[in-house]
This record gives sequence, C-alpha cells and structure tokens, in this order.
Amino acid sequence: MFCIAFIASVSFIGYSQECNNVLSGQVIDYHNKSPLDSAYILILENQLETSTNSEGKFRIPNLCSGSYTLEVSHPECSTVLMSVQVNGDKEIDIKLEHHLEELEEVKVVGNIIRDKTNSAQEETLNLNTLENYSAGNLGDALKELGGVSSLNTGANIVKPAIHGLNGSRVLVLNDGVRMQDMEWGAEHAPTLDINSAGSVSVIKGASALQYGGDAIGGVIVAEQANIPKRDSIYGKTMLSGVTNGRGGNVVSELTKSYESGWFVKGQGSYKRMGDHEAPDYVLSNTGVQEIAASLQLGKHNFIWGWDARYSYFNTEIAILRASHIGNVDDLIRSINSGEPGIIRPFTYDLQNPRQEVTHHLGKLKFYRRFEGLGKWNVQYDFQSNRRFEYDIRRGERDNTPSIDLELTTHTLSTDFKWDTKDDLNILVGLMGRYQDNFANPDTGVRRLIPDYEKIDFGSFLIGEYRVNNQFLLDAGVRYDYNKIDALKFYRTSRWEERGYDEEFQDLVVEDLGTQLLVNPILDFHNISATIGGKYLSFDGMQLKLNYAVAQRAPNPSELFSDGLHHSAARIELGDLRIESETSHKITTTLEKDFSTWGVLLEPYANWVQNFIVLEPTGVEFTVRGSFPVWEYRQTNARLLGVDFSAYSNWTDNWTTNHKFSFVKGQDTATNTPLINVPAANLRNSVSFSKPKWNGFEATLESQYVFRQNETPDNITVFSPQQQEDVVLEINTPPDAYHLLAFRSKMEFPISNKTKLTTSLSINNLLNTSYRDYLNRQRLFADDLGRNITLQLKLNY
Amino acid sequence: MKTIKNILLLAFIGITFVACSSDDDVPEQINEEETITTMTITLVPAGGGTSIILQSQDLDGDGPNTPNKTVSGNLTANTTYSGSVVFLNETESPAEDITEEVEEEDEEHQVLYVASGNITSVSYDDADGNGNPVGLEFTIVTGDAGNASLSATLRHEPKKPNDGTLEDAGGETDFTEIFSLTVE
Repeated sequence: MFCIAFIASVSFIGYSQECNNVLSGQVIDYHNKSPLDSAYILILENQLETSTNSEGKFRIPNLCSGSYTLEVSHPECSTVLMSVQVNGDKEIDIKLEHHLEELEEVKVVGNIIRDKTNSAQEETLNLNTLENYSAGNLGDALKELGGVSSLNTGANIVKPAIHGLNGSRVLVLNDGVRMQDMEWGAEHAPTLDINSAGSVSVIKGASALQYGGDAIGGVIVAEQANIPKRDSIYGKTMLSGVTNGRGGNVVSELTKSYESGWFVKGQGSYKRMGDHEAPDYVLSNTGVQEIAASLQLGKHNFIWGWDARYSYFNTEIAILRASHIGNVDDLIRSINSGEPGIIRPFTYDLQNPRQEVTHHLGKLKFYRRFEGLGKWNVQYDFQSNRRFEYDIRRGERDNTPSIDLELTTHTLSTDFKWDTKDDLNILVGLMGRYQDNFANPDTGVRRLIPDYEKIDFGSFLIGEYRVNNQFLLDAGVRYDYNKIDALKFYRTSRWEERGYDEEFQDLVVEDLGTQLLVNPILDFHNISATIGGKYLSFDGMQLKLNYAVAQRAPNPSELFSDGLHHSAARIELGDLRIESETSHKITTTLEKDFSTWGVLLEPYANWVQNFIVLEPTGVEFTVRGSFPVWEYRQTNARLLGVDFSAYSNWTDNWTTNHKFSFVKGQDTATNTPLINVPAANLRNSVSFSKPKWNGFEATLESQYVFRQNETPDNITVFSPQQQEDVVLEINTPPDAYHLLAFRSKMEFPISNKTKLTTSLSINNLLNTSYRDYLNRQRLFADDLGRNITLQLKLNY
Repeated sequence: MKTIKNILLLAFIGITFVACSSDDDVPEQINEEETITTMTITLVPAGGGTSIILQSQDLDGDGPNTPNKTVSGNLTANTTYSGSVVFLNETESPAEDITEEVEEEDEEHQVLYVASGNITSVSYDDADGNGNPVGLEFTIVTGDAGNASLSATLRHEPKKPNDGTLEDAGGETDFTEIFSLTVE
C-alpha cells in the first residue's frame, strides 16, 4: 500500500537554541480522521525514534530548535518523508492516506484490480490473458470466465453473454463510459478494442448499480491500467500472426508519466485478416480489418485530478457469403446441404455482405477529494457510433449501404463517495444522457430502426457496511427514467395488421397513402435495487449472497423493428406495446482456498417478468417467397445455472484448472425452453511452468461443449417450391464437440528495462469440424478449423 | 482550481450543445427502389390466338399482405407458346421497369421456369454474354388437355450454367410464383 502524508503548513515565529523542545502530535487517517496506531516516526537528523500509541499519539522530547526531516511509516504503508520546523514545543497532525486508488502503486503488468461490488459474482481478466487474445476480440477473451458465453455471427462478430443473456441486457463500460453502440442487434458486437484495456471485469448480475440499473445479464467493465506517479516512460509493442485468416495484428503503446502527477498515454492497433477456414473448406467472405487508437492525458494527484481520453475504433467485417439468402426455400436448401452454398478460393477482399462500424469516444473526468468527507467525481462523455451494412443488391447499388445509422450520445454524470467512516461507505450519483439516432434515407431501403431522440436520467445510492472484519453488507437503490421520441414510417398495411390503427391512431403525423409517418413518444420509469453480504471465515473460506432486482426498458429494436432480415431469412417485428422487463436474481458464491488447491462454486437463479423474447409466430408470403415471422413478445422466464471452478497445484511446476458452466432457461408461461441458451461447457487444462527456463509456461486445454438438448420446437412453414408444409429445422441444435488447445510462452530479458515475450498458441489442435449452437452461421457452415498464433511482445 | 473551472466550463458547453442539437426534423420518406411488386408473364400461342397473361402482384412488398395471383385464361392443348416476362416496381409512380436492371446484369440473374403436369417442355430463348440462359424470353409446349403448373423464379447471383433446377442454381430469390393452369 502506498501512503502519503499531508502536513498542515507550519509557521514559526522566532529562533531558539534551547534543546528542551517537545514535538508531539497524532497520526490520523486522511479520510475519517481516525487515529493510526503503531505508526513509526524517525527523525533522520538525530535518529530519534518513537511510535504512536493506540490513540495515534506520539511525543519526542528534548529537541533542539531547528528544521528536521521526519520519516513516518505504518505497517500497512510505505515510508513517507516530511520536513518540520521546531521552535519551542510543537504539536502536529500527520495525515496518512491508506486507500488504494488513483495513487495505487501499480505494476505495469499484472495490476491489482479492485472489486466493483462487494457481494455479487465478479471475475476479472488480467492483462496477460487479454494479451493472449490480442488478435481476437473481447467476446472470445471473456469466455475464459465462468458463466460467460457469446452469441456469434461467424468468428468476427462476438456478442458477450453473461449467464445466458446478451445484447441490451449486458452493459459494457469502457473506461467508465457506458458504450452506446447499437447493442440491440444480434449481429452488432461491442465496438471496443481488446488491446485498449488494462483489465476487464465481469459482474454477473445487476448489482453494480453505479453503472446502470438495467444489467439483467450483467456488466462488463473494461478499465485502463493505472499510471504510476513517477518520472517514467514505458511502452510495449506486440505483433501477432495467425494462420487461420492468414493475417495478424500489431499493437503499440507508450506512456509518459511524471512525479507531478501528469501523464500522457497513446495506443494504437491494426488488424487484418482474410477469409477464415473451416477444416474442410474456405469460409468465403469472412475477412476483417480493424483499426483502433486512443490518446489519454491528465494529471492525477491525491487531492484532485483530471483526465481526458479520446478513442477511435473502426472495423470492417465481411459476412459469410453463403449466409445471405433469399427466402425460406433458400434456407431449407442451406440447412439440408450441410455445406455452404458458395465456396470460393481464399481472398483478403472484404465483399458484400459486410458491415463497417466506426466508434468515437471522448471523455473528460475530474475528481476532487474533500478531507474528512470523501471523493467527488464528475464526467462528461461523448460517443458517436456509425454503422453501415452493405448487402448484395441489384443495380449499381453494391456500394450503397442498406443500413446507415448514426447514433450520437452525450452523457454527464457525477457521483460522490463518503468514505470517512471505517465501517460505512456511501456512494451517490446522478446521470443525464441525450441520444440521437439518425437513419440515413440515402440507402434506398426502408429503415429497420427509425430516427429517434432519447433522454435518460438516472440516480443511485449505494451503501457498504462493515459489520466486523469478517462480515460485510451492501445495499443499493437506483431510479432510471427513459424517454424515446421516435419518428417512424410504417407501411399502412403493417400498421393495420399490428392493430395499431385501433390503439395508436393518434400518433399518426402524416398519411402518405401506402405509408404513415408516426411519432411514438414512450416513457419508462424503472427502479432497481440490490442487497447482499459477504462473509470471510478465518480459514480462508468466502461466502457471498446477493439479491438484485433490475428493470430494463425495451430497446429500439424491440419496439420498432419492422422488416426483412436477409441473413436470417425472417421478418422481424417489434411491438410498440412492449413494457419494461423486471428481473429478480439471486447469486451465491462459495470460495475456499486450501494450501495447494481451491474451489469456487457459484449457483444463481434469475426470474424475469415480462421477459422480451423474439420468437417465430407464423409465416408471411411475399413475392420473394414465404418467410417465417419472428415477433417480439413478452413472457416470464427463469434461468437457473451454476458455474464451478477448481485448481490444484500438484507440484511447483504442474497445475491443473477445471471449469464447468451450466444454465437452464425456461419460458415459464408456456413451459418451453428459451432460445439461444448456452449449452453446458466443461474446460480442463494442465499447465507446466518453469520460471528458471526463461519463464517457460505451457498449457494444454480441453474444452467439451455439450449438445444443447433444450431448444424451442422447430417451426413448420409452407414451401412454395415443394408446394407443401415442411419443417424448418432452425432450432435443431448441433452435436456436442470437443476441442483441444495448446499455449506456450517464454520471456527473454534484453536489457534492464526491455523484455521480449514470445508465445505460440494453437486453437482447435486436431482440426475438428464442429458447429456451435450460439453461432448464427451454424445453419450454413462449420466453425473455424485449426489456428496457429505466434506472438512477439516487446516491453520497454 | 483553474482546472476545475475549465472542466466545469467544458461540461457546461457539452450540456448546451446537447440542448441545442435537439431538433424536430421530419425524416425523409423512403420508397424502396429495389422492390419488385409485379411479375407479368405473357404467353403468345405460335399459330395465333388469345395470349394468356399470368400475373403476381404484391403492392406492399415485404409487408403483411399476400401477393395477388391472376391467370387470364386456359392454355390450348398441344400448342407452342412463346413467353416473355416483365418485372415492375409499382410502389413508384410511374412504375419502374425492373426488367431493364435484369437485362443489364444478365450474367448475375436468371428466371428459372419449372413446369409440371401437361406442359411437356420449357426452353430458354435468350442468352447472356457467356451464352447462358437469362429467361426473359422462353418457350413452353403444352401436351394433352389436363392440369399443369408453371413456376417462375427470379434468382440473383445463381450458379451459371446450371441444370435448370432451383436446387442446382442456388443464389437468392428475388421473386417467385407458381401458377396453376388448365390445358384444354
């Protein structure tokens, strides 16, 4: 722990040669003014020493007048120096800071990450793990954690899912900024570069109310590494090459810090890959290009500080050509053939269908500490998210996007943390947000998501109470208000088919014949709350129990969707009548570490009222053929699951890790399984490490993914081509699969401050053909084949 | 504390910007250019006589209404008909002729005809730059009196050449309809 002493300015009036002065005083905690006992005080000039009593007081007699340097240390603190003028008897208060925060002594690699919550299930990926996924993406890395899965569209679009829930139910915080990146779409991945984060924590529930009240699935918190307060310059460059996709990436960052608290950090990355490959064929049109950069600067002192950060993220992702289909007959043909309809030779070209997303994020944060009170934060952030989706189109329209959305968000937030009492911390906060979505009409395609303006307001109160050294309690409450003001064109036929003409006719602004311009203004008032406790026993056992109730307002997709999705060959329909959903989630954590092994057991239950599901309800006929209609509907759902993990250090060199995750999702209104619930997953790994051999580490990991046996029923559709009803096997889950992965690493010090780290990893070692239930492209093609990654990292 | 002031000022500017950017611009209406609402097949008997018109029309495109199908009359037995097809987008006024786009991109399109019952043969009368059929012009031959069906499917980016079946051609369906006919 790193401590700082603050000295009240000392004035002196005269000068005396007498040596009978007494220096006395008290060493106290900066935050709550409580006395610190056993602090050790040494006067460097004469080597006189003393320590504080139980009241934090000390007394040094027989001092000559003059100026002295005191060395003040405390068992929990590193030593600090202060100067004092003595002229006659003198009393001083020495304030020590013993909180881990802005001035935390940080190792550049493998930093300590504070828990975001007290009693919720929470897990963190450190920098080393994130670096392993440098050429991949955030969603892949997060799957290392128990209970985290993903909904994929191919290998490049990976939406993280926590305890079986994804999309708007999972909040992503990027350096304290809640990402506003159109998370409502199934093929919209978080626009966050994994290389920009120093650590990523996952809170598996809605208990972290400071981030938002609607995290029915959970929260992903990507944080920047702390920058030490000392004169230094350091950086790293990382180069990865991958065989599957025949590409790689390069990442570089540089930090300059000063003793005065100033710092500046720049970071950039570039990724480029061509078509990926399944074991038996090329997955045509699955390349990717990604460019990201960020610049951060500021000044962090103990009393106050500020920082500003700008980050840029641009990705262009090609989408499997064979997954773009015309109608239900085309879909049946794709499912039955078992092989993609289009296989071309490998190329780096990114062709249609493809998407291009650009995200700008700007943030300005200021904090100020008030002695004996706490810490105040205020933050403004700006985000711009632009999304183009290019489809296969007729005419000269291939370079005109079919979807062109621009989402602009401004957020102003502030919070105050009272940490003056040892046993009670209170955090209160306010948040205001304005958002504007613009759907560009130049696409020539009817808008899937309409133009809208949204206003959010949030306020929260969180308290943490330490009953004793073993038992902590926490509780919190949050209120959120959301207002959506949209302007949407409905087809008159759709407006009537939905029955809106009877319920919402007063919203119609203009009747254009075949289309209606409608102005829905929707308000949502949501309350979230949490209560929990943590118990630590003397023998190293930890028990956590948490209950959270969370409400989430429907997103624009759930309210306004109205159109045909080619990639899914379905018509998706939102509903203006949809209300907020309410989740009640109970989680428990049982953790015990023995001398050479440990276990972690995390069961949970989540009941969601008015759960918003998208499910097939019927078929509509168009000139293109028939399409299943998927409608958003509200029901009640129940998710029960457990995450288990264990490790054992067999010898100094050999370690094994074991993880098992299981979740069961049920629609309790219809007693049918929920769609897109991850299958049970078992991971076992054995690692060998020998620090003497240049930090040699090698790991062999086995992952077994069970078959998801509980899925909704398939639907029956009329096939115009076959002129009869056929079963559309859209919900049939793929078989279980087993994958092996290997990873090894070595470090080579080049000079005092320079180190080269090399690593080799092989995924899908046996080149197994498989399909995953949560990959939307499983209907069209196998998943990725073997991939070898070679990585070089230079720390300097 | 100068920094605090600066930061508060910036935050204030941010809020002001937010407040000012709010506007009530009415979005522009989009009429989909690529929609095909109508397919009209004209069958002209070789020896003269009444032409038969087969039409499928869906004026709300991908909307909930089902396509409306009409057949102008019955086919004559043992007769050769030369056929042609026209695709229109009638959501625009005047209606846009989509057939022209198909002709321009003939290598990326094909209208596939599948007949059953008492239509004995279907053949293509046109070709793209590579000598593969496009299907805008075709010929059918009727057999004896009885029932028949004829399906017409416009595929975008089909495999070319193909064996004439929908399975082999692949690609994406832009328009498809099946007509039940009587041969007398």
